[in-house]
Amino acid sequence: MTSAAAERNFQDKVDQDIRIEPKDWMPEAYRKTLVRQMSQHAHSEIVGMLPEANWITRAPSLRRKATLIAKVQDEAGHGLYLYAAAETLGTSRDEMIDQLHSGKAKYSSIFNYPTLTWADMGAIGWLVDGAAIMNQVPLCRASYGPYARAMVRICKEESFHQRQGFEILLVLSRGSAGQRRMCQDAIDRWWWPSVMMFGPNDDASPNTAQSMQWKIKRFTNDELRQRFIDICAEQIKLLGMTLPDDRLVWNEERGHYDFGPIDWEEFRNVLNGHGPCNKERIEARVQAHVEGAWVREAALAHARKNSVLKTEEAA
Amino acid sequence: MMEKDAWPLWEIFIRSKQGLDHKHVGSLHAADAAMAIENARDAYTRRMEGVSIWVVESKYVHASNPDDSGSFYDPANDKIYRHPTFYDLPDELKHM
Repeated sequence: MTSAAAERNFQDKVDQDIRIEPKDWMPEAYRKTLVRQMSQHAHSEIVGMLPEANWITRAPSLRRKATLIAKVQDEAGHGLYLYAAAETLGTSRDEMIDQLHSGKAKYSSIFNYPTLTWADMGAIGWLVDGAAIMNQVPLCRASYGPYARAMVRICKEESFHQRQGFEILLVLSRGSAGQRRMCQDAIDRWWWPSVMMFGPNDDASPNTAQSMQWKIKRFTNDELRQRFIDICAEQIKLLGMTLPDDRLVWNEERGHYDFGPIDWEEFRNVLNGHGPCNKERIEARVQAHVEGAWVREAALAHARKNSVLKTEEAA
Repeated sequence: MMEKDAWPLWEIFIRSKQGLDHKHVGSLHAADAAMAIENARDAYTRRMEGVSIWVVESKYVHASNPDDSGSFYDPANDKIYRHPTFYDLPDELKHM
């Protein structure tokens, strides 16, 4: 088959919603886009454990501590599903981890913000996980089979994350004046970074059209962002709090909420490594990797010794 | 670059309950089979999704080639008589 014919055949399959599997022919650019997106996604899950792990030892009750541990453990699992799915495209785990540690690979800019109070655990669950779910649900139908299957698993587990976050905020919103202040402060700090999680506006997102043609993406950044804002603008009423946007107003004609301008300068800064915690996050990852090296080596040495013993017994 | 001593990759199969087949759920890295089973428990059964786990080192899985699927599955293509609906029988015939 000529490469033009192979490419047509590939796009036909995608158009018919036939999933692409690891050994199927695919355009090199499709493979590259997927490796980049899936590894970034995996890195985000792994780095995303750090801001929350910060509060495990200081969770206000055993119930909160147990759920936070479970959530962080889920995130480790999500990172693993995604790394494993990306490896089916021929990129090794070590290669991906090297790219994270060297700064070559990106992860979601949201995790470069600090978690200053307990209320941040609530705001992250509600807003950050809420935005992530909005992005992730359409990915369950992504054209690449292993990615879509990993996303199905992730989305199933993710809904508890968002609910536990909202519950934290709900309890604080019904608490003392100090607790309500803490609740509002966390929402104020996490709102705009969460809105930015959907990425640049459509007219500044040159890869969107190609990704949609390949059905890696099903909705544009702005479509998903609008959906997120519409939902949150209603949910916040249950908390009796406000979203930090004085231009947020229901637009009857559009059937959507209008919202204020997004500070893209801040987004680019954080993405380019100048957020409050970029350095700290990568240092923590590298340190964990370096300090864990002896464990990986010892496990391998143990496995080899056992397999030699078994061979000798058999002989 | 590949780390020289990377843990091998394992394919994980889970039986979700007694009476059902083991089903492929994904893969993970582990130093040996025992560790692969423990890691599979932590990664794939955090919510009671399984009662039994199989692990197979990925290098031992041999697969058919999708590029050949046209000719490879061809022998079954024209044998509709293997399906019960192929046979012309009166509606009055019951329990068949």
